[in-house]
Amino acid sequence: MSQAAVAAHGAEVHHEELGFWRRYVFSTDHKTIGRQFLFLGLVMMLLGGILALLVRWELGWPETRVPLMGWVPEPFMYDGYMGPEFYNAVFTMHATIMIFFAVMPILVGGFGNFLIPLMIGARDMAFPFLNMLSFWVAVVAGVIMLAGFFVPGGHAATGWTAYAPLSAVPTYSGVDWGQNLWCLSLIVLGISSLMGSINYITTVVNMRAPGMTFFRLPLVIWSLFIVAILLLLALPVLTAALGMLLFDRMAGTSFFLPEGGGEPLLWQHLFWFFGHPEVYILILPAMGVASEILPVFARKPIFGYRAMAYSMIAIAFLSWIVWGHHMFQSGMNPTLGSTFMITTMLIAVPSAIKTFNWLGTLWGGDIHFTTPMLNALAFVSMFVIGGLSGIYMASTPVDIFIHDTYFIVAHIHYVVFGGSVFAIFAAVYYWFPKMFGRMMNETLGKIHFWLTFVAFNCTFFPMHILGVGGHMRRIYNPLQYEFLKPLQPINEFISISAICLGIAQIPFIVNFFWSLAFGRKAERNPWKANTLEWDAPSPPPHGNFESIPTVYRGPYEYSSPLVPEDWLPQTRRLAPERAAAATVS
Amino acid sequence: MLRWLPENVSTYGEKIDGIFYLIYYITGATFVLVTALLVAFLVLYRHRPGRKAVYTHGNTALEITWTIVPAVIMVVLGLVSKARWDEVKVDIPRGDIQVRVTGKQFNWEILYPGPDGKFDTEDDLQIDNDLHVPVGKVVRVALRSKDVIHSFFLPHLRLKQDTVPGREILTWFEATKPGTYEIPCAELCGFGHSGMKGTLYVHTPEDYARWVAEKWPAQQARLGTKSEAEARG
Repeated sequence: MSQAAVAAHGAEVHHEELGFWRRYVFSTDHKTIGRQFLFLGLVMMLLGGILALLVRWELGWPETRVPLMGWVPEPFMYDGYMGPEFYNAVFTMHATIMIFFAVMPILVGGFGNFLIPLMIGARDMAFPFLNMLSFWVAVVAGVIMLAGFFVPGGHAATGWTAYAPLSAVPTYSGVDWGQNLWCLSLIVLGISSLMGSINYITTVVNMRAPGMTFFRLPLVIWSLFIVAILLLLALPVLTAALGMLLFDRMAGTSFFLPEGGGEPLLWQHLFWFFGHPEVYILILPAMGVASEILPVFARKPIFGYRAMAYSMIAIAFLSWIVWGHHMFQSGMNPTLGSTFMITTMLIAVPSAIKTFNWLGTLWGGDIHFTTPMLNALAFVSMFVIGGLSGIYMASTPVDIFIHDTYFIVAHIHYVVFGGSVFAIFAAVYYWFPKMFGRMMNETLGKIHFWLTFVAFNCTFFPMHILGVGGHMRRIYNPLQYEFLKPLQPINEFISISAICLGIAQIPFIVNFFWSLAFGRKAERNPWKANTLEWDAPSPPPHGNFESIPTVYRGPYEYSSPLVPEDWLPQTRRLAPERAAAATVS
Repeated sequence: MLRWLPENVSTYGEKIDGIFYLIYYITGATFVLVTALLVAFLVLYRHRPGRKAVYTHGNTALEITWTIVPAVIMVVLGLVSKARWDEVKVDIPRGDIQVRVTGKQFNWEILYPGPDGKFDTEDDLQIDNDLHVPVGKVVRVALRSKDVIHSFFLPHLRLKQDTVPGREILTWFEATKPGTYEIPCAELCGFGHSGMKGTLYVHTPEDYARWVAEKWPAQQARLGTKSEAEARG
């Protein structure tokens, strides 16, 4: 779209007076849609968290009465006691909700929508109507998913990975419509993601402000752009697999059933061909968020900007050729395992580049420990643990032992909670002033951060030890095994820590809603940051900018010798002789 | 942390644990290095009034170093791992003892071929959940499944292998110490997944001979089994 057309489009939007429904509910404004995705994700995260606590109660104190849960009717719980069927549904839904309805909607849907047009200097997304549709389709998917809790037979209980044939034949899992709705919901969510990703790609390619070259893009936009490409290519594979699974369940086909000539491992190949890029869909925007926040509060340019962008591209590319590492013990030809081991280990290289470049960014900085910064630093250090623990599974012989144990559970939570969720907190604290026009409370923010950081590590670090002890995933009662009995005190400690981790979120919830209503009014650029969103009012009006900004330099010119202040916005025009020097990077 | 590993009682287990330790030291050292740098930078470069941050966009030599060093470590680790992996999962020995283990919701069916060493003959013996083997002999296991995917897990022998309906997957182990060990199912297989477990009895050669004699009491018993089978029709 030409710049003139963008301007005309923006001006036209300005003239339109919108009613309540078009403004707050069926809005086509990318900022409102971003906020809607954020709220959807946060609410679902609360639900997913409660489900996690149910799982932890069962593992800490197996087959005892769960407190506060006496109201849940049979056949889910029996006067507060949880049966194994319900337990299986609970951990299945914990993972499903957290991955598909919390982390993805917040990072990709929420911050992706809110930030892309603002940070590239556009008035809105390329396809605002498609954007609105993508949110409401996601809501429909959420409603279908939640409906599964209320159907006879209970919700899907085959794990978020839904391995066939357990998931393909209702009598194997004892779940009928729960699993069908699970499939349907994710198919619908795939449609939502597809619309979103097409929109993101088109917007980043076509609607950048004058002067905003690809290598002047903020790294969070790079990450969201790469994620949009991954979504575009990965989700259809999941949709196809889910369609086949539904046919096996409801139409008598045998794609995954050996008695009809099908192949159970086909499901795993399809699922992980989607599933491993999916893991990077969850972590890449988190890397982008950290790369955005570290330079701002270290008052220093990001270390190795191009290497940061290229390493994300490398991670995205490698994500397509590593899926087999989920299947080392599956019965897949073991010779193929060695190939997948090598590709998997290669991912350590771009990950190491990113980590050392974040460290390089801190080196020699002028570091301010604000709440967003603390959360971004936590992201870096937790991602280091999550990345390093991945090497254990990458090594095929070690994976023989730790596959399907709590070591894997520890690893994924260090990546998705320690990584993505700390990045979500960092992003909420950092962009809250721009999203809602008010500042969040720093004291409450710091209390929330430290409680969460300590409780998180007490919850998930000991899971490595459980895994080393051989503790299987997805078991209902560890006390049924002699060799796991010595590990039970660790299980209890983890469950107590998990409850503390849940309680530690109360200051966040209070802070969020209190600040929404009574927080100090935010100025345009409270953090003295360089990127374009801080050039717009807080919160930005419909159309974002008073006039489309022109970009003169990269996004991380902090402490530049060209200016007396320690920041130099992308939009500021310097005198010609200085500008000549400032065009580097 | 690795002292929590269950006692190893298999021939290849020690080598697997060796790589486990190797990775533990590499990742442990990396973690200490990165965390020490992180904390040092946070302390050294915390905000103090009047100081400006260093203005730099990177350092090519450093960046090339931290690209190449991890790459080399990973390739070496990959080669070391591949040798052990091939020993356990690719080069399956013929084996001194053969058993067929079939997973089903929620039991392990253990099928012994009997004195003739062949499966699906009349001296086969099936016992649910109890796997009897002699110490110091290579046991070749043929894994099957009747319904869903299960995973045959011998934590003390460092062996895990999924069982997939519609296929037979071969695997093996050689126990080094007599005793009884649990055989959990490691792959979610339905509501009874937790508690689906068998027991591995590793016997001394004498005990094993006694157990065999008890289960297959010589030739006339074999005939007896045959006539019983004929009588059953």
